[in-house]
Amino acid sequence: MSLMKRISLIFRSKANKALDRAEDPRETLDYSYQRQLDLLSKVRRGVADVATSRKRVELQVTQLEQSAAKLQAQAEKSLQMNREDLAREALTRKSALASQITDLKTQHAQLLGEEEKLTLAQQRLQAKVESFRTRKETIKATYTAAEAQTRINEAMSGIGEEMGDVGLAIQRAEDKTAQMQARAGAIDELIASGALDDASAINQGDDITRELEAMSSQADVEAELARLKGISAPQAPEAIEAAPDAGEILADEPEKQESVSDASKDGQA
Amino acid sequence: MIIRILGEGQYDVADHALDRLNELDATLEAAVEASDDAAFSTALASLLDGVRTAGVAHPADSLDESDLILPPSDATIDEVRQMLNEDGLIPG
Repeated sequence: MSLMKRISLIFRSKANKALDRAEDPRETLDYSYQRQLDLLSKVRRGVADVATSRKRVELQVTQLEQSAAKLQAQAEKSLQMNREDLAREALTRKSALASQITDLKTQHAQLLGEEEKLTLAQQRLQAKVESFRTRKETIKATYTAAEAQTRINEAMSGIGEEMGDVGLAIQRAEDKTAQMQARAGAIDELIASGALDDASAINQGDDITRELEAMSSQADVEAELARLKGISAPQAPEAIEAAPDAGEILADEPEKQESVSDASKDGQA
Repeated sequence: MIIRILGEGQYDVADHALDRLNELDATLEAAVEASDDAAFSTALASLLDGVRTAGVAHPADSLDESDLILPPSDATIDEVRQMLNEDGLIPG
């Protein structure tokens, strides 16, 4: 027998076995409907769980990307200061982060896929449960024992198959999410322990940052000195009040004059 | 004929498309029996694509049973083997 037929037969026999039959067929309908509602809320919870995992991975990607950007900036700064050794170290750490980020993005895509699948499964089940409710009420309203069993069986087997499918989808999504949560937990621990972003966290005493800070405070002192020397040179007094720093004063000066003359032209017009 | 792809829903497939699907099904079955992972993935993807292409979505609110039921698109060869086992994967 073909693979499709074998799977179909086994699936169907399991789905049918799962249906409980009561003495009064009408009770069977109500009981099955209750189980459908239970399954619907289980799918909704499943969608929410997967979404939570997805958001957690998103947050981790953002954190790691920020760390990578900081390391990139450190590498650039190190090169400006002719410290290729520091730049190399920063880039090495950045490339270690890059593989974590790629891995997380793959997980994110998978979780997004699971979330979409479960959302669609929820919509399909919702539509079928709604049909079942209508059919159930019709059967109960026009109940005659002779025909009831056939109509009930039809309704039940259709919904039973859907419930089996959705049950399987939830189970698969839970398995996948559990695996990813374990990995996400490991990355959270790494981030919390500082192993991943220590290298880029400001003022947390990692070596690259310390060296860069030491160098930049020297450079800043030199820049400040140069600025003070510039300011102490003779300047138009009103320009000093208007602008906070020497470089800008020099650059701004011609514009200022232009705008004054523009204004006076406007005034004349 | 109604074919369900697990995790995706039901499709109405015209009978004339079945010959082609049966060929794909036979390829898939051979891959499962030979435990050939790569052939299995290709065969499953072709079979499911065949159903999606030849079929149209069956109304979501119908309570009709499917004539055929196929594994989900991301199923592994082991999962399909389990599905063929009474005590397998399908929640009862």
